[in-house]
Amino acid sequence: MVKKMGYLLNWVFFLGSTMLVCLILGTILVDIFSKGMSSVSWSFISKFPSDGMTEGGILPAIIGTLMLTLITTLFSVPFGVACAVYLNEYAKPSALTNVIRASIRNLAGIPSIIYGLFGLALFVQSLNLGTSVLSAGLTLGLLSLPYIITTTEEALKRIPNSMREATLALGATQFETVKDVVLPKALPGILTGVILSMSRAAGETAPILFTGVAFYINDITTSPSQEFMALPYHLYMLSTQHQSIEQVRPLAYGTATVLISLVFILNIIAFYIRFKHRSQD
Amino acid sequence: MNLFFGKKQVLKNINIDFPRNQVTSLIGPSGCGKSTLLRSFNRMHDLSPDAKIDGSLKIDDLDIYSKENSVTTLRKKIGMVFQKPNPLPKSIYENLSYGLNIHRFPKNEIPDLIEKALKESYLWDEVKDELKKPAVKLSGGQQQRLCIARTVVLRPEVILMDEPCSALDPISTNKIEELILSLKQNYTIVIVTHNMQQAQRISDKVAFMYLGQLIEHDNCENIFKHPAKDLTRNYVNGHFG
Repeated sequence: MVKKMGYLLNWVFFLGSTMLVCLILGTILVDIFSKGMSSVSWSFISKFPSDGMTEGGILPAIIGTLMLTLITTLFSVPFGVACAVYLNEYAKPSALTNVIRASIRNLAGIPSIIYGLFGLALFVQSLNLGTSVLSAGLTLGLLSLPYIITTTEEALKRIPNSMREATLALGATQFETVKDVVLPKALPGILTGVILSMSRAAGETAPILFTGVAFYINDITTSPSQEFMALPYHLYMLSTQHQSIEQVRPLAYGTATVLISLVFILNIIAFYIRFKHRSQD
Repeated sequence: MNLFFGKKQVLKNINIDFPRNQVTSLIGPSGCGKSTLLRSFNRMHDLSPDAKIDGSLKIDDLDIYSKENSVTTLRKKIGMVFQKPNPLPKSIYENLSYGLNIHRFPKNEIPDLIEKALKESYLWDEVKDELKKPAVKLSGGQQQRLCIARTVVLRPEVILMDEPCSALDPISTNKIEELILSLKQNYTIVIVTHNMQQAQRISDKVAFMYLGQLIEHDNCENIFKHPAKDLTRNYVNGHFG
């Protein structure tokens, strides 16, 4: 009887925790969408801000965030995947690779504002790239690297060794094996990690704060050396720094809605790839 | 030859040769080193950093472990078929063209070579209309014959087989055995097997291994009917294993 009660309590506790998490997520979404949807319209996402941000849309912030994410991905994916391939396929297990792995895990735990400071010192000043979408993208790339390396390595580990032996026994070199069998097989897993890290990078504010984001620019960012507007920073400014906060509140919620939708779309794509891959096995 | 993994000696003073165009079976209880021996012939141990081999292994007069030969040309000469069918995640056709392409066979010869290899592997009639189909859609037995075809298409001198039938049903096993018997006209075959009946059906020579040592190596009939050593007799009669 007592045992049964114990089971029941456990069950209630686990279920309760799960419900609580779902409830919190649901509340956030309902709150943002209910307050934000009214300001989201075609003109909101296709127009420039006007009248000191109290009117108009957020087009430059959307373009800025997309460009930023693109640069981040272009930088972090090749290096991240190459690093994971080295660690998993080439490096012999040794004290050194353990140190490298531990460093990568630790990098993932560094607060994003530190990356911002580092980006300011390295890209903006030392490499003279200035405050620009390039500097900010590279900084976010550094932030995404550990995540991409870890997820890629996990995807590579799931490829059975018999797959590698198949091509090696045919006389393929290790590089051919990686290129022709291992990477294509691991691609869905790698893509999932890449997209999830993109969606994380798109929402980051701290690292871009020092490295290139601007509150307002009167033109769309077209070159990597320009400053840019970004959705998360725009949201931050509208909700805390604007002189007439009450007036721009609907716009702030609208921005939040757009940002969260972008991130959601990326997550759904990642989910879809994973789902499709699983049904193939 | 001797083979060590780290400090542990796995193969002890193995001395054996494999006559051309014959099937040699390696038999022995699990863990006796059959597969390890087999995998040393095409240098599959190169990937394990702690594996160390001394002694000499030769194919014709070519030293398998000599520094001058590239491991990739060697593996073209000594093909391998694994325990579990491991087709590449590509189409049937690409599974065979892959090896041909990396060894730079002339492009215009590839289709004929593939057809010939599939016929030799008794697979052509079953797949000739669906060469574009993903290889993983084939049945287990067909996949294993595809893996054999993939090896045969490179025209190796030796084919190593590591328990090629252990993951297959009796009918598929039967087909593979027929295939092995027909392949030996052109290739030297070394096969690891746990199945005594199989060893008797297909081999010319049988080598019995125990705890990393080669106990006995003789014609198939002698090993099974008149073994020279008690250990061999006990094993082939199923008293341990």
